[in-house]
Amino acid sequence: MSVLSIEDLCVTYSTSTGDLRALRNVTLDVPRERIVGLVGESGCGKSTLINAILGLLAANGRIDHGRILFQGRNIAELSADELRAMRGPGIATVFQDPMGALNPVFRIGRQMINIQYRSKLSRAEKANRAAETLRSVRIPDAEAALKRYPHEFSGGMKQRIAIAMALMMKPAILIADEPTTALDATLEVATIELLQELQRDIGCSMLFISHHMGVIAELCDDVVVMYAGEVVESGTTRQVFLQPRHPYTRNLIRCDPARQHTRVRQLPTIPGDLPNLRSRPRGCIFAPRCEMRKEICEEPPPQDVSNGHMARCHLAVEH
Amino acid sequence: MKPILEVNAMNVTFKVGPPYRRQDLQAVAGISFDVRAGETFALVGESGSGKTTLARAINGLQRITSGEVIFEGKRIDGLGRSAMRPIRRHMSMMFQDPVGSLSPRMTVGDLVTEPFRIHRVEADLAAETQRLLALVGLPLEFASRYPHQLSGGQARRVGVARSIALNPRLIIADEPTAGLDVSVQGEVLNLLNDLRDRLGLAMIIITHNLHVVFHVADRMSVMYLGRFVESGSTQDIFDAPMHPYTAALLSASPEPRPDRKSARISLPAEVPSLLDRPNGCEFHTRCPWARARCAADAPTIEGTSRRVSCFYPLERGVLRATQEHAK
Repeated sequence: MSVLSIEDLCVTYSTSTGDLRALRNVTLDVPRERIVGLVGESGCGKSTLINAILGLLAANGRIDHGRILFQGRNIAELSADELRAMRGPGIATVFQDPMGALNPVFRIGRQMINIQYRSKLSRAEKANRAAETLRSVRIPDAEAALKRYPHEFSGGMKQRIAIAMALMMKPAILIADEPTTALDATLEVATIELLQELQRDIGCSMLFISHHMGVIAELCDDVVVMYAGEVVESGTTRQVFLQPRHPYTRNLIRCDPARQHTRVRQLPTIPGDLPNLRSRPRGCIFAPRCEMRKEICEEPPPQDVSNGHMARCHLAVEH
Repeated sequence: MKPILEVNAMNVTFKVGPPYRRQDLQAVAGISFDVRAGETFALVGESGSGKTTLARAINGLQRITSGEVIFEGKRIDGLGRSAMRPIRRHMSMMFQDPVGSLSPRMTVGDLVTEPFRIHRVEADLAAETQRLLALVGLPLEFASRYPHQLSGGQARRVGVARSIALNPRLIIADEPTAGLDVSVQGEVLNLLNDLRDRLGLAMIIITHNLHVVFHVADRMSVMYLGRFVESGSTQDIFDAPMHPYTAALLSASPEPRPDRKSARISLPAEVPSLLDRPNGCEFHTRCPWARARCAADAPTIEGTSRRVSCFYPLERGVLRATQEHAK
């Protein structure tokens, strides 16, 4: 059974200029002990999806259709107390900006003890656990680190502390929202290796969100590609990267400057802009920017699955 | 050809700490390089390596402690505000954070013509707006929009338009692609390449993203703790990095290929503090190839076109051997 499964989810925000459909028919699965990568550029609906999973949608947002199942239970049917009990031991999150996750006016130790409020351990035992967790993310001199304030740490160390705090409750699933984007290249690599190791040790699942294709290829078992609030392709990492079926995925991989091994004067780009989400086209969402567009693309595309490799594209069927 | 910009032995030192415990923090330490017309020069380094301080020091936004900055044959370091103003007309700066560097209260039209007002240049502002927006590939109706109505890529284009407004001879771009989506990064880099060729500009690009450097820069320097550790032509450095730090940086960027387990040189994560610089070679605390001499003596940056500051520079074979090993 999957730890987290999202079935045909539609989320709409009501705004003064009309309804905005942020997610349309999003389906994805995070199986036990697997790392699922979610790739998408700005405006693809990643944040809406995370907030929907955590039950933290903005007041003007609503789930129109579909379900979010966490360990088989529909999140929409949980009470506020049940949701609170789920966040932490059930679902933990690491965000892009480590400074935003730590309170600047309290010492690290106090914050790490406070988040263990559910536990019956004594204060000293909680402090020990905090130090132990810091050691697991390779913070040198963990006991002394507990007595320091967030600003005394470098960006990479702060992100590792945020990861330590998220994993302290040994969650069933970790949602990592661009955790390495704000870090330098050498730190990014070290953080990815650390996440991989911790995930194996704890045996949790992970939903890893990033627009960095290289990181996803390196870390993840499965990949889901989102565009303008829709899942356009999903499959195992090898399927998606080695035989991408959706034109958007192919374009994304082609555009990555890391992919170009010879110097070029003109880098490939994806011409055009994101569609207006207030008036989505009836047909394929990517059609206006797709160089392979045909007449049939005016019709809603089918979700074609072969060997667990899904692509929402008319033209993927023909291939 | 004479260089447009020359930087000689530049040092920038900050005084930090409380008065009774003043310490010197050397953010830029003995940097020398030059940039010629029509050329793109890249400064590469991780956070805290001093690249932004170096850019600010060239532009006169930061006073230098020693050394000289020569722009078009004239020394400009130490000039005051009013003496600097006519020089900044020819040397424009593109700051990090595409949206944050635009005033939220001004329209795009006002923003791209602001340089004319600052430098009191007589011009037909309506015509200039049209020309600049066309140059950076934005439709004219954007002139009435505000920064919050722009996407990151569009805001970056407005930043580019501002920096080229007065036909400068040198542009200093600090992290031009940071925070942009992959598909938009290419667009911005193509635009910069194209403008450089068409307008014959010199350009300094400051970034930590090596893939960006590879496609736009002719020459590059790698900074570590405020010093250059390696300089040379971009192609040469990418083909065969000689400094272990450069090699580690190059190996650290994951590629979108699931089966390619890259031969990675992993470095201990902690960068030494600028207040407590290591003895000897400053990289020896993180260097996988460090030997006894590296902790004792400090190497100097040597060579002419290709310069490297290392006692035991990597050779093609050495790196290849480690790559084979990692496979």
